[in-house]
Amino acid sequence: MSTMATIVFFIFAIIAVASAWGVVTSKNIVHSAFFLALSFAGVAVLYVLLSAEYLAAVQLLVYAGAISIMVIFAVMLTLRGDVAESSPVTKKWTQGALIGSLVFIVLAVVILTNRDWRILAQPALTEGATAELSKVLLSWYMVPFEAAAILLTVALIGAVIIAKGGHESK
Amino acid sequence: MSISVGLGSYLLVGAMLFCLGLYGLFVKRNIIAILMSIELMLNAVNINFVAFSRFTPWADLGTSPFIGQVAAFFVIVVAAAEIAVGLALVIAIYRSRRTTNVDDFNWLKW
Repeated sequence: MSTMATIVFFIFAIIAVASAWGVVTSKNIVHSAFFLALSFAGVAVLYVLLSAEYLAAVQLLVYAGAISIMVIFAVMLTLRGDVAESSPVTKKWTQGALIGSLVFIVLAVVILTNRDWRILAQPALTEGATAELSKVLLSWYMVPFEAAAILLTVALIGAVIIAKGGHESK
Repeated sequence: MSISVGLGSYLLVGAMLFCLGLYGLFVKRNIIAILMSIELMLNAVNINFVAFSRFTPWADLGTSPFIGQVAAFFVIVVAAAEIAVGLALVIAIYRSRRTTNVDDFNWLKW
C-alpha cells in the first residue's frame, strides 16, 4: 500500500470514528443525524481503499443518502421542545461507557495479538471487481438476492402502512 | 519502520465504530438516536466483512473472493429495511404517545 493510500486511510478512518463519536455524544439529535451521514461517507472512502468500489457507491447512495434523509425526516416529524436537549443520555451513562470500553479492549487485544491477521493487502484480484461481484451475486447468490428484494419491498410497504396509522381516527 | 495499513487497522476501525455504537445503544434516551447507534454497529460489521474479503481472498479455495462483499451487501439491504420499519414504528408511537423517549415506552409494565 502506497504512502498516499496510508495517509488517505488515516484521514478518513479518523473522520469516520470522530463522527461516530459525535453521533453518540451530541445532545442535539439533528447534529447526530448529520454526523451519522459524515461517518457513513468516511466508511465509503475506506471501501474504496479496500477496492470495493461498488459497495462504496451503495454505501454513499443507501446509507449517506437514503438512510440519513429518512432519519432526518423522522427527527423533524417527532421533534418537540428544545432541539438543543433533544437527545439526552441516561443518568447511568458510566455503565454504558464501561461496557463499551471493555468490549473495545477485548476486541483490540484479539485483533492486535492474532498473528494470522497481521498481513498486508495482496495486489487487487481482478480489474473488473464490480463485474465479478455481479456474477457472484446473480449466479450463486441469486435466491438470497431475490429474497432480499422481497424483504425490501415488504419492509417498505409495511413501513408505509405503519407510519400511515390505523383506523382509530374513523 | 514505516506505518503500514494492514488488516488489523481496518479491524480496529470497525471495532471502534462498533463500540461507539454499543455505547450509544446503552446511554441514549431518544429512540431515533438508538436506531442511529444500531446503524453504526451494522456499518462496523460491514467494514470487517469487506476487509476480510480484501485481505484473505485465499481463505477458502474454490469459493469466490467476493463473498465478503456479498455479505456486506446483504447487511446493507437488511439495515435499510430495519431503519425503515424502525422509523415507521417511531412515528406510529409518537402519534399516540407524543414522545420519543424510551423511558416512556412502558405499555408492557404493570
